[in-house]
Amino acid sequence: MLKFILKRLLIIVPMALLVVTVTWVLIRVAPGNFYSTERSLPPAIEENIKKKYGLDQPWYIQYGTMMGNILRLDFGDSLKYQGQSVNEIIARHFPYSAILGLLAYLLALGIGLFAGIVAALKQNSAFDYGSMAAAMLGLSVPNFVLGPLLVLLFSLYLYWLPPARWGGPLYLIMPVVTLAAIYAAYIARLTRAGMLEVMRSDYIRTARAKGLKESKVLLKHALRGGIIPVVSFTGPALASLLAGTVVVEKVFAIPGLGNIFIQSVLNRDEPLILGIVAFLSILIMVANLIVDISYGFLDPRIRYE
Amino acid sequence: MREEQHIKDEVMPDADGPVVAGTSLWKDAWKRLLKNKLAVFGLVVIAIMVVVVTIGPWIQQWLTGLTPDYIPEDGDQIRSFPPSWEHPMGTDDAGRDLLARVMQGGQISLMVGIISTIVSLIVGVSYGAIAGYLGGRVDNIMMRIVDIIYAIPYILIVIVLLSVFGGENIPGWINSLSEFFGGGAGLNQIFLLFFALGLVSWLTMARVVRGQILSLKNEEFVMAAKATGVSTPRIIFKHLVPNALGPVIVYATLTVPSVMLTEAFLSFLGIGVQAPYASWGSLAADGIKNIAIFPWQLIFPGVTMALTLFSLNFLGDGLRDALDPQTRKF
Repeated sequence: MLKFILKRLLIIVPMALLVVTVTWVLIRVAPGNFYSTERSLPPAIEENIKKKYGLDQPWYIQYGTMMGNILRLDFGDSLKYQGQSVNEIIARHFPYSAILGLLAYLLALGIGLFAGIVAALKQNSAFDYGSMAAAMLGLSVPNFVLGPLLVLLFSLYLYWLPPARWGGPLYLIMPVVTLAAIYAAYIARLTRAGMLEVMRSDYIRTARAKGLKESKVLLKHALRGGIIPVVSFTGPALASLLAGTVVVEKVFAIPGLGNIFIQSVLNRDEPLILGIVAFLSILIMVANLIVDISYGFLDPRIRYE
Repeated sequence: MREEQHIKDEVMPDADGPVVAGTSLWKDAWKRLLKNKLAVFGLVVIAIMVVVVTIGPWIQQWLTGLTPDYIPEDGDQIRSFPPSWEHPMGTDDAGRDLLARVMQGGQISLMVGIISTIVSLIVGVSYGAIAGYLGGRVDNIMMRIVDIIYAIPYILIVIVLLSVFGGENIPGWINSLSEFFGGGAGLNQIFLLFFALGLVSWLTMARVVRGQILSLKNEEFVMAAKATGVSTPRIIFKHLVPNALGPVIVYATLTVPSVMLTEAFLSFLGIGVQAPYASWGSLAADGIKNIAIFPWQLIFPGVTMALTLFSLNFLGDGLRDALDPQTRKF
């Protein structure tokens, strides 16, 4: 087990470097650059800019310097936000996304698991149909429609909640609900399907035949197997939630990392793009690793050797 | 399911009894689909949506003379009006009829769904099938590439594709395709967007197909094909891929709503469909700016889109249950 974790942790480094390399190539392949605007610069100034950022060097030297910096975990300064290092920017904006994402994750997990389990246990009941229809609705309403509709209802008509920005707990309610809706829907569907499948399996029949209490059969035996598909979905989902969901940040004017990333791509802010991409890819890979490890705990039949 | 397809449409003669025709997988699946009320609901809504979006603008123009880009000449009319008999969905800031714009936006949104899904199907199925069939080191490398692309935010890839192939550098075949629909720089960009979206949404399809091919490639019919000297590409695309079609179709129907959402999201960010063209996503994005005073500008395009996605998801679910009644993934 330890060997497996170590091996996977070691793979993360070259994988992240590869991701960064591909991203770098993508940025370089696209025409245009961060300093070009509608007006063309005088050649002398352009020359100076190029010299300052090392763009006059051959590409392999530029690539080497970039890789060297990244291995030292120093992504350099942002090109657009002058005088701010990429590390600073990520450290400043990530907490907003992380708090939002974590709360949305917990909410989605709570609602999704509850609805999914109850729906599976009472298959074909009114609750089953109702919650699955609600889940389908959650999957189908885009969050940039759901968010503003919530604002319309709760802020502009009922005056219950503040419409946007970062503040006390009241400010968090609508962004978290908007963000959680689609994940809760997915988790409910996955849980229901997983539980239905497990409930028909032999080991549940055995557990019942042993005369175990129904609650024990459900919670100790069925749930562990039933939520495996949920776990494999929620790992990457948590990573993408933590990374900030651009739409919610935009609709509710929250200064999270997602918006910064989109801006950096539009600004061709190379160090910032590379820094965020490296950060996110490591986040995703660690989340996937945690998921793979937890399989072993959930399903004793899975072993890593 | 596989065997069923092999004997598809084949007549099974009884020893001396009457000849009984076997039902094919597809006929069976169709029957099961029609029994699923929700899936039928989805199918009907989508069919209506397609018809309304294609011929609706003509009918509206014929009845009322309104077109998506008709701006009233009377200056007092150039503002956003709430829904009325004349404008069932109200008008936008420029006094344009919102119903006409939602129908026109629907053309683009539905086209995204179709074209991007076809692109992702072609790329994903070939990639997954090749990786799965060749196996070994090739498979390993090909799937690691998929992992890497997964880790790169797709929005970056879309923007790079749009800027590399945009404007003057538009590939000839995209240009000719857009000319078929009227042409022009704006439409070129939209078609480019369709392809860019397809090129970022094939990854899961490739994984699904690879898994299918892995489980199929050691079957007897593949061995038989090999023994009779069929070439590798022919084995992959003529023998293996058709047998993996069930999951592919299921996954494709679920790709349609997801690419439509992605397009709407990009348009919401201002990267996708550009004015004067509109999609449901870009109309909703415009509506959000005015949500406090003109809520109908968001509600109508948003709800139309949600209804379409809702129906597509139900249809996808129904298709999955119909084609693959044994497995119940999610």
